[in-house]
Amino acid sequence: MDLELKDIPGQLVNALVPISDAGGNIVSVVHHHAKRTPRGTIPIQVTFDFEGDLEALKFSLESRDIKIGRVNEAKLLEHRTVLIVGHIIHSDIRDTIDQIDQTGYAEVVDLAMSMPGINLKSSARIGISAEGKEEARKAMSLMRQIARKKDLLVIEPINSEDTQ
Amino acid sequence: MKTLSVAIIGMGSVGQGVLKVLAGSKGQYPAQRTVIKVVAVADSKGVAVDDKGLDPGRVLKEKLNGDLKRSGQSALDYIRTGNYDVLVEVTPTDAKTGEPGLSYITAALSRGKSVVTSNKGPVALQYKALTGMAREKGVHFLYEATVGGAMPVFNLLRTPLAGNKVLGIKGIFNGTCNYILTRMASEGLPYDMVLSEAKELGYAEADPTYDVEGIDTALKVVILANTAFGMNVSLKDVSVVGISSITPDALKLAADDGYVIKLIGEVRPNGAERVLKVSPRLVPKMHPLSVQGTLNAALIETALAGDIAVVGKGAGSVETASAILSDLLYIATTS
Repeated sequence: MDLELKDIPGQLVNALVPISDAGGNIVSVVHHHAKRTPRGTIPIQVTFDFEGDLEALKFSLESRDIKIGRVNEAKLLEHRTVLIVGHIIHSDIRDTIDQIDQTGYAEVVDLAMSMPGINLKSSARIGISAEGKEEARKAMSLMRQIARKKDLLVIEPINSEDTQ
Repeated sequence: MKTLSVAIIGMGSVGQGVLKVLAGSKGQYPAQRTVIKVVAVADSKGVAVDDKGLDPGRVLKEKLNGDLKRSGQSALDYIRTGNYDVLVEVTPTDAKTGEPGLSYITAALSRGKSVVTSNKGPVALQYKALTGMAREKGVHFLYEATVGGAMPVFNLLRTPLAGNKVLGIKGIFNGTCNYILTRMASEGLPYDMVLSEAKELGYAEADPTYDVEGIDTALKVVILANTAFGMNVSLKDVSVVGISSITPDALKLAADDGYVIKLIGEVRPNGAERVLKVSPRLVPKMHPLSVQGTLNAALIETALAGDIAVVGKGAGSVETASAILSDLLYIATTS
């Protein structure tokens, strides 16, 4: 999130408090003190993990007289790696990926394959990113269903069943 | 000093291991103020009995030489009438019927004799009935050797972790599968080749189906579910996938991303969303369950202590005998 702060003391803390109060976990803060905007404000970039109500957070920042520039939402926070073994190409790997992507809450972000020979079983490593833990669990469950239909072996991560 | 008279039924790998261990210690366990005396040994050919005590070393030698003198009595007859304190039931596992171990154990418990077993069949099939019978008669029914061989699981739950709510248990409970997967990963060899190698080394049976298709692991999952969580489930409730379709490519792809593949048994009561499954899983290389070779490992998730991991030898004659011995000494010190 890009913010613009007034050049008076205490403004950085003033901007970070609402983020942390809303449950955001601040990953990095870049303070461009030398790069003043034409409005005389100081641009900062804050990166944070946040699963709450973004509009409410924006309102809370604006009510502190902080101007909000660009908001770059990277929604996919949970990552799972899964292996599949079987006739991956013949059972349409593209469709497998599409089915995950079409959920809207998860997508395939990484794919590595190995095809030893025409009639031999192939193996693939698939990276799936999802919006949250619950969505990741749902994506894994979908992956399981697809594999059952296509007669593929799924090798899930050891922690995929964790409920916390 | 207290003397515990034991009757050993079954003289395969585990039975011989128990005899070897008792020959080594001469049955003397001063720290537990206990002497263990073998009053009978039985195999399919009959029973050798001496109420004054057999010499375990000599029995073992005579068994291997083929000149052990046995009476014509059957094992079951002896169990019903003989003079012993604890029955050590170490016959082979039959996953479907639990026999002959189930009949032996039932006969001993119904006479009010404690039982220690390494036989997975009876524990997986009739745990509730057998523990009920033991409780009613005020005797012990212990089975540490059934899961993870030498690796302590039930003893760990009973005493060191007592009072902790156990949330779930997952682990590697089959040394044959772990050996095969470890070799395939380290050498890049195909499954069939490593399986033949495992057979030659004696790590896999001539018919390896029971191990590689995950049935052995599933039995252990059933035992854990019923004993640690009171779930009352059987083999058919476990979703089972074995390791026979794992390719060296899959292991390589996993390794490239920092994972190994292990056959994991998992049990988690978790209400309606219970987990009861055996399947190959991706395990991060630095995870406590990423153990090599024929080793077994268990990760016990508890409410207070957090995660506790144990690693140990899951099979082997003397190793499994160590679990039997631990159960025997527990009986000696608590009864």
